[in-house]
Amino acid sequence: MPLKTARRAGRRTGPRKFSNRDLAVIGVLLGIPILIDLALIWGPTLASIGLSFTSWDGIGDIKWVGTDNYQALFSDYPPFWPAVRNNVLWLAFLGLVATPFGLLLAVLIDRGVRFSRVYQSTIYMPVVLSLAIVGFMAQLVFSRDQGALNAVLGNEDNPVDWLGDPDLNIWMVLIAAAWRHTGYVMILYLAGLKSVDASLKEAAAIDGAGEVQTFFRIVLPTLRPVNVIVLVITVIEALRAFDIVYAINHGRNGLELLSVLVTDNIIGEASRIGFGSAVAVVLLTVSLGFIVTYLVQELRGEKKG
Amino acid sequence: MAQSSSEHRISRRALLRGTAAGAGAVALPTLLTACGGPGKEVKIGSNASDAVPRKAFAEVFKAYEKKSGKDVKVNTVDHESFQENINRYLKGTPDDVFMWFAGYRMQFFAQQGLLADISDLWDGFDGFSGALKKQSTGEDGKQYFVPYYYYPWAVFYRKSVFEQRGYEIPKTFDEYRALAKRMDKDGLDAFAFGDKDGWPAMGTFDYLNMRANGYDFHISLMSGKESWTDPKVKNVFDLWRGLMPYHQKGANGRTWQEAAQSLAQKKSGMAVFGLPHPGQQFSDADRSDLDFFPFPEIDSGYGQDAVEAPIDGFLLSKKSKKQKEAKELLKYLATPAAEEKYLMRDPNNVAVHKEASTGSYNALQKKAAELVSGAKQISQFMDRDTRPDFASQVMIRAIQQFINKPDDIDGLTKDIESQKKTIFAAS
Repeated sequence: MPLKTARRAGRRTGPRKFSNRDLAVIGVLLGIPILIDLALIWGPTLASIGLSFTSWDGIGDIKWVGTDNYQALFSDYPPFWPAVRNNVLWLAFLGLVATPFGLLLAVLIDRGVRFSRVYQSTIYMPVVLSLAIVGFMAQLVFSRDQGALNAVLGNEDNPVDWLGDPDLNIWMVLIAAAWRHTGYVMILYLAGLKSVDASLKEAAAIDGAGEVQTFFRIVLPTLRPVNVIVLVITVIEALRAFDIVYAINHGRNGLELLSVLVTDNIIGEASRIGFGSAVAVVLLTVSLGFIVTYLVQELRGEKKG
Repeated sequence: MAQSSSEHRISRRALLRGTAAGAGAVALPTLLTACGGPGKEVKIGSNASDAVPRKAFAEVFKAYEKKSGKDVKVNTVDHESFQENINRYLKGTPDDVFMWFAGYRMQFFAQQGLLADISDLWDGFDGFSGALKKQSTGEDGKQYFVPYYYYPWAVFYRKSVFEQRGYEIPKTFDEYRALAKRMDKDGLDAFAFGDKDGWPAMGTFDYLNMRANGYDFHISLMSGKESWTDPKVKNVFDLWRGLMPYHQKGANGRTWQEAAQSLAQKKSGMAVFGLPHPGQQFSDADRSDLDFFPFPEIDSGYGQDAVEAPIDGFLLSKKSKKQKEAKELLKYLATPAAEEKYLMRDPNNVAVHKEASTGSYNALQKKAAELVSGAKQISQFMDRDTRPDFASQVMIRAIQQFINKPDDIDGLTKDIESQKKTIFAAS
């Protein structure tokens, strides 16, 4: 062993770090992923941005229309602003309701309530389901005529149209989505809480800190890495929300989301690829906002470390 | 351990080799399909993915193979995916012959130069009405479509409910409204109504428009030539608004299947549907109790002339290298025998050929055939009579909004008109 390390170290101090062959190998091995990345991620992204300034139906000629699509989008496309609003609502609801609730459950379970394993597995159960399936289940519960909720409430004469009423349905869908998200967050925090050093808590208790104080001053700050992950997951879940509303009513009538508008316009018979791309660019801009913020934070953290 | 560095090199090499093999594996299938030269058979792209039509079509094609001694290869794709991918399908390597719809939805692709002209075949056809020919003709006056079957839309009801309560079939809109009012008093929802999927309510709009303003105005409106803020259009929504209190509430949260069930359960009195829709939700025992009447007259100048009857059929792709063989197949599909063969297995549609035997028809099919053969004009349903992007992106939403708030007709029509301008200007 020592021999080998010595030889290696010796090589590293030599005049040439890499042989030609090494360079070729590195070039190929780095080049292929970069090419794939360019072709599959950056290519389509840039193409979308380009296409958003055209009117193209996927068949005929590509016609340059400048910012027409964006103008139509902002002023003349009724589902656009509801979609933006719903996306924001989604982010706020998951971030401010579902995530803290997941954290609360994690803390309770971590403190060792009775039957904690049962709760843990029950709450985690929905996480293994696809959101599309959660959507189908939501329909069984919330359907106006045949849903379980109206049957339980017993309002047969004047049933509430949980999924058809555009003022109501987004909340029902958010509850269904949060049902899954809570379990996800809980399991992440449970793992985090297990790794918090018990002596820290003891020290805090000796110093006279109460339960709540200990949690907010001591435990939560030590969970920072988990917090970051949970935050990222919450943002991703909120932005990529699609399947549940698509399963319920194709994202119409109160359930509009940007991702649905992109799909609706681009996929389909007479695709409005130019227009759909413009919606996609809006979604991309929003996502980039979050991605850049996250990266800046991470890089700063790294420098400090 | 001494070998470790050479091991490294080997693993590097192995990795490279592995990468190369992987790249090959990705490229290989493409090469294979490129090598697969034209076979002997005619290929058919089918959207008949449901069990009943799929089997029925399989028998038709088998019969053709037997008769002609030629091979037919059917590529069946899920119905919805077929529709969603039709653009890419036609631009890529489409099958020689494929299933599609008549009217604007066909003309759109004819205009793009993706369909082969089959006017020469049509010269030899004799069993199709003028209305059918019109629906098979592109905007350039050439024929592109072989009609196969259709299903009319009408107002469906249960005979027993009408008998029991002494309701009479309404002929005019006033009678229709009066009947709805009476049903309401009797504790029924007059109209079973579900528009969660967005399209079922379009049938009601189409009929109201054709009865109030005539077929020509309807078609012209659908092709973007009329303004949606025209008082004639507002009148259509206004007539509909008058009926809204008698429609099942919460339609945007209800599927058409659930609506049809309420008709079957005698909770609703009537429903505007296409022929295949209500029957599927009725039990076998109840099916003979199902009946329909044509949508009532609004303006006596137009009477009940127009019937909404979407036609399904076949198209020949321009890219096909087997124009001759494909045309032979189309010629066979345009015969009464081919249609009969299909309808033996699928009783939810009606043959288009005049000479197709009606022997196997049930009472509803017979009545449907009469309804259409007596029609002066045939429309194709909103999402087939107008640009698909306009129907799906603008009208679905607009009608759902109207169902939520039937009172803001001015705002609604203004909204539709401005979006229509953008969409129709795009190409």
